[in-house]
Amino acid sequence: MASAGKPVDVVIVGFGWTGAIMAIELAQAGLNVLALERGEDAATVPNWAYPKVVDEISQSARNGLLQNLAKTTVTIRHAKNERAVPYRQIGSFKPGTGVGGAGIHWSGVHSRVMPEELRLRSHITERYGARFIPAGMTLQDWGVSFNELEPHFDRFENVCGTSGKAGNIQGRKLEGGNPFEAPRSREFPLPPLTDPPTSVLFAKATRELGYHPYPLPAANASQPYTNPYGCQLGPCNFCGFCSDYGCINYSKASPQTTILPVLYRMPNFALRTNAHVLKVNTDSTGKVATGVTYVDAQGREVEQPATMVILAAFHLHNVRLMLSSGIGKPYDPDTGTGTVGRNFCYQLLNSVNLFFDQSLYINQFMGAGGVGQAIEDFYADNFDHGPLGFIGGGVIWGRQTGNGPVRGIPLPSGSPTWGSGWKAAVKDNFLHSGRIESQLSNMAYRGCFLDLDPTYRDAYGVPLLRMTLNWQDNDLRMSEFFGERLSQIGKAMGAKSISGRVLKRGDNWDTRPYQSTHINGGTAMGADPKTSVLNKYLQSWDVSNLFVLGANVFAHGIGYNPTGLVGALAYWAAANIRSTYLKSPGPMVHI
Amino acid sequence: MSSNDGRTSRRDFLASTMALAPMAAFVPGQAAAQSPVAEDPQSSAPAPNHPAVGDYRPQFFTPAEWTFINAACARLIPADEHGPGAVELGVPQYIDRQLGTPWADGAIWYMQGPFVEAAPEFGYQSQLTPKQQYRLGIKAIDALCQERLNKPFGGLAPAQQDDVLKQIEKGSLGAPELHLATFFSGFLLKNVLEGFFCDPMYGGNRDMAAWKMIGYPGVRADYREWIGEAKPYPYGPVSIYGERG
Repeated sequence: MASAGKPVDVVIVGFGWTGAIMAIELAQAGLNVLALERGEDAATVPNWAYPKVVDEISQSARNGLLQNLAKTTVTIRHAKNERAVPYRQIGSFKPGTGVGGAGIHWSGVHSRVMPEELRLRSHITERYGARFIPAGMTLQDWGVSFNELEPHFDRFENVCGTSGKAGNIQGRKLEGGNPFEAPRSREFPLPPLTDPPTSVLFAKATRELGYHPYPLPAANASQPYTNPYGCQLGPCNFCGFCSDYGCINYSKASPQTTILPVLYRMPNFALRTNAHVLKVNTDSTGKVATGVTYVDAQGREVEQPATMVILAAFHLHNVRLMLSSGIGKPYDPDTGTGTVGRNFCYQLLNSVNLFFDQSLYINQFMGAGGVGQAIEDFYADNFDHGPLGFIGGGVIWGRQTGNGPVRGIPLPSGSPTWGSGWKAAVKDNFLHSGRIESQLSNMAYRGCFLDLDPTYRDAYGVPLLRMTLNWQDNDLRMSEFFGERLSQIGKAMGAKSISGRVLKRGDNWDTRPYQSTHINGGTAMGADPKTSVLNKYLQSWDVSNLFVLGANVFAHGIGYNPTGLVGALAYWAAANIRSTYLKSPGPMVHI
Repeated sequence: MSSNDGRTSRRDFLASTMALAPMAAFVPGQAAAQSPVAEDPQSSAPAPNHPAVGDYRPQFFTPAEWTFINAACARLIPADEHGPGAVELGVPQYIDRQLGTPWADGAIWYMQGPFVEAAPEFGYQSQLTPKQQYRLGIKAIDALCQERLNKPFGGLAPAQQDDVLKQIEKGSLGAPELHLATFFSGFLLKNVLEGFFCDPMYGGNRDMAAWKMIGYPGVRADYREWIGEAKPYPYGPVSIYGERG
């Protein structure tokens, strides 16, 4: 029998980026806010204090900051006629856990979205005709416009102290920034980070090839910074322990460095850790959320009543909670009806290692998650897709994220994997190799979706979320196009040999090597309740006092790193809850 | 925590500086007969908590397994003109100690059944924990070597050992109990590389020799003045306990 918690105005499920944003915005509006986090509490000190955290074994080899899959994971398969098997070990993607969530171990690449991506179906139809969209590709508009979101992109960048260079302020093009950038209201809060060797070579080579390199926006502070909440960041020192690691320097933006110190002082906010939410409860009509049920640290079930429920966990848990709570109609790939689980997408990542002469020092052990130069000549619809016959695009970058030997030393293809030959190869290449990548959009398809697994359950007895996903022809042809560009750029950078992983036609999604944690879709936002789970304010169409945040609201997989858009959407939802919903609770969009 | 955690005794220090004897001469029984490393109450500095290579007494591996691990380490990363090998750097100790952590029981993996065969792209689908992988994997390889070459792996000549390891890696030498190529790549070789390059506090990468070999500065983690220059970094490595190399 579940015990009952004291009723609150707002209960927030999950306490990473979106939970922290929503918590502070609604607490500042005077509401009583309770956040439930399934993991442990964590703070820069003691959790990420130097030197404890700069430990490749505990953090990278043993997944120090990642979700413990023994408790809960997902199952995976390529197509709906296959039997899914569990994602037993961390591989292709890395969900976080604990206070701060994936906002701790992320890299910090902080992009926005291109305006046409938010209305992709309309845009493609206008420019290329409806027949350009292949059968089975379930493209749809997101129901929100870039102009509506711009103030919230700006807000999140200023909270994070993002380092970058504007290429377009209110329509005025600026030298040194990204010439393809959609209009920004103002300059980045901090100037770009210093370019490491990989990025210097990348910028020079791409410029000579006629492309348009610019400094990738990074939520790694280039200078001391105080954000609008009053939280302070210190300058990044390129320690080389960024992705997989908590930041030792208060330089990488995270809930801990940018929001929590202020939020924790508010008397109308409370946080409960080790609280794993099992379901969203609804009243007898099924149209009003009454709170959530969670399992506390001692394994007891607690019913937590709340006037509003916010799902702010990582993508996987948000979608599963919608399915296991029976909110919205589950997607059926056979009929194309239902919405929860629809438009499940990922990203395609091509990663190419460049090996240079031993006189050239790249020093890959230095770096920061977000530092680098990038080109967007082939992003979204910045280039003519007509002759190419595929939809989508991506960023190509020369980042230097920092790497150590336990994380793996890339070697030229054909190098031995052990023995004296391997030793010679690691010795010759460790200081003299770099990496360039293309991160590509992943369109939505009728056959790629999420539902509940019929066989496997988590440690709480709840069915696991089941992923049905594979690479599709359109996306693989796009990937091959990018493979050619990567090879061209790598040669122009002076690499004496190039090896790596480029997805091509015939390749299946391989869940073993790490690719990207940018999984998205499943509870799409949109203008039409027949194809979306949430309206443009991230409010459930079915349960109007339930809001759902995270990359699961995307209608397709964009080529950018999603955190900038995820954060901006959280601010957008919070602003509309404050300005509209709280005055008159109920559906904010009427159909 | 064991009594010698976080302490370095004089005896430990002396032993560590002398532990350069080739491990080919190593007899497991002798290590087990040695007395435990005494705690030195005078030493208060937090220092690497690994006993010297020659003093180490395996907690997980049996004497026969310990012989295998030492022999395999000596071939996977041999001592050669590029620098010391895995055995000299304490990699067997690293693996033995890792097998005493929660990871070794599969505690960070989803280990609920049913366990079914799936295409390789779906990753590890075996119910074997790392402990079981080592136990079964070593037994199977020793049995294969005994059957074909009349000696356990540790008794073979280096060239024969290399040949066995290559065949296992390629998947051309198998065993009924477990997928040997997975044991090799997913456990043995992976853990050997970890132990070679880990922070010395884990028992491997003794004296940061592997870091020195490749020019890795360890946990210095402060490169603001150097990031803009494509030049050699001038300082040697630092470990988590503050040792300098």
